Amino acid sequence: MRLNDCDPGFKHEVAAEPGGEGIRACFACAACSARCPVGANRPDYDPRRLIRLTLLGRRDEVLSSPLIWLCSSCYTCGEVCPQQVRFTEVLTAIKNIAAREGHAPPSAKITAELLAKQGRLLEVTDFENDKRADLGLPPVEQRPGDFQAILGLKPAEGEAGEEPR
Amino acid sequence: MKALLFLGCTVPVRNLNYELSARKVCEILGVELVDDQALACCGYPLKGTDQAHALTIAARALAQARAHGLPLVALCSACAGTLAEAEHHLAHHPEEAARVNAELAPLGLEYAPGVRVTHLVRYLLEEVGLEAIKAKMTRDLGEFTFAPHYGCHYLKPAEIIGGLDDPEAPTSMGRLIEATGAKVDNYPRLKDCCGGGVLGADEDLAGSLAGAKLAELNAREVTAMVLVCPFCNVMYEGQQKAIAKRMDTKFKVPVVYLTQVLGLGLGLEPDELGFKLNRAKPKELLAAFKE
Repeated sequence: MRLNDCDPGFKHEVAAEPGGEGIRACFACAACSARCPVGANRPDYDPRRLIRLTLLGRRDEVLSSPLIWLCSSCYTCGEVCPQQVRFTEVLTAIKNIAAREGHAPPSAKITAELLAKQGRLLEVTDFENDKRADLGLPPVEQRPGDFQAILGLKPAEGEAGEEPR
Repeated sequence: MKALLFLGCTVPVRNLNYELSARKVCEILGVELVDDQALACCGYPLKGTDQAHALTIAARALAQARAHGLPLVALCSACAGTLAEAEHHLAHHPEEAARVNAELAPLGLEYAPGVRVTHLVRYLLEEVGLEAIKAKMTRDLGEFTFAPHYGCHYLKPAEIIGGLDDPEAPTSMGRLIEATGAKVDNYPRLKDCCGGGVLGADEDLAGSLAGAKLAELNAREVTAMVLVCPFCNVMYEGQQKAIAKRMDTKFKVPVVYLTQVLGLGLGLEPDELGFKLNRAKPKELLAAFKE
């Protein structure tokens, strides 16, 4: 590793992102790594290592690493951290930066498109509502309007349109 | 007692047994659940890549709850956690609340701090109370042993949603199971994560996380594993066969929802609680209810 290749501003960039502040407090005790259930199954996934790489300014290496998408968001690391680093949130901050630079997995774009189209992740058709009616459950509706406005996305041509308001 | 029901995306489409049993149990316990079709996604699916918009979407639900003047009660632990975290974050970051409100204003909504968000199970314990729930029990499930799976977002982060359970030694689900007279198995892997959070990114990894717990419970021969979250259900019930296949073994771990167990104790019949929709069927339990 060459220090000249490091970006000393990266840690500040992460700390400026909501949830990223805690990275400043890490003193590398590795309590997070010891209890991480993902790390127990994938030794290359190591929360402390991701924090150190970030603090060292290995910006490209962190943002393009497939490892950052493997957090199960179980929050175990946060419960055992003596420094309130809140690694789940720190990693969310890192992933948000990575996503803005085009490193997000394809599912991220699909999720936003589904919300803009359906107002919910899973489609609700007459089939689902018939099943619900059989059990005496009230129907559910798709109301994507608010989600289109918030996300600034319109559904593709010919897809589910505006709901009645 | 009245609460606004946050169904989320998954439960009303994939987990009708959970929804049905939750509604029936609430009816018996005197909790009126109010439906609002405008409530939909909690924002969680966007959080990893776009937390600004995820927060606005969560704030939208909080603003709707505020308009109803009711606490927001969720069946999904991810929804409950996301909404509670959003409430906490916005209440402590006025500048973020202002940003979110600028986006909500065109929708005719306004977020203001103070909305109570809970998982339904917690609401039952805190509002109805364990003693009142016990008093309504009409059927003794003493011959059965259940293994609770608390999951992660039901317990953590403790600094935001703590107070009910110690995340290192949770008891709330166990107390409710015992209210039916049934026994509780607090097995060694009690606190393991289901892995559902990484299912989209790495199926093998997610399967390893869930598989360890399934293997342990398979050997302990409990009546059923008990869940309070539809994402955990995806792993333990939906993926159970696929995980066993990958591990080159076979599992027969019955999976039920806590509200189904409570419903049986409260005198409801399996059909009223949607047990027909359980795929990893609790055969021993259901056999006891056959004429």
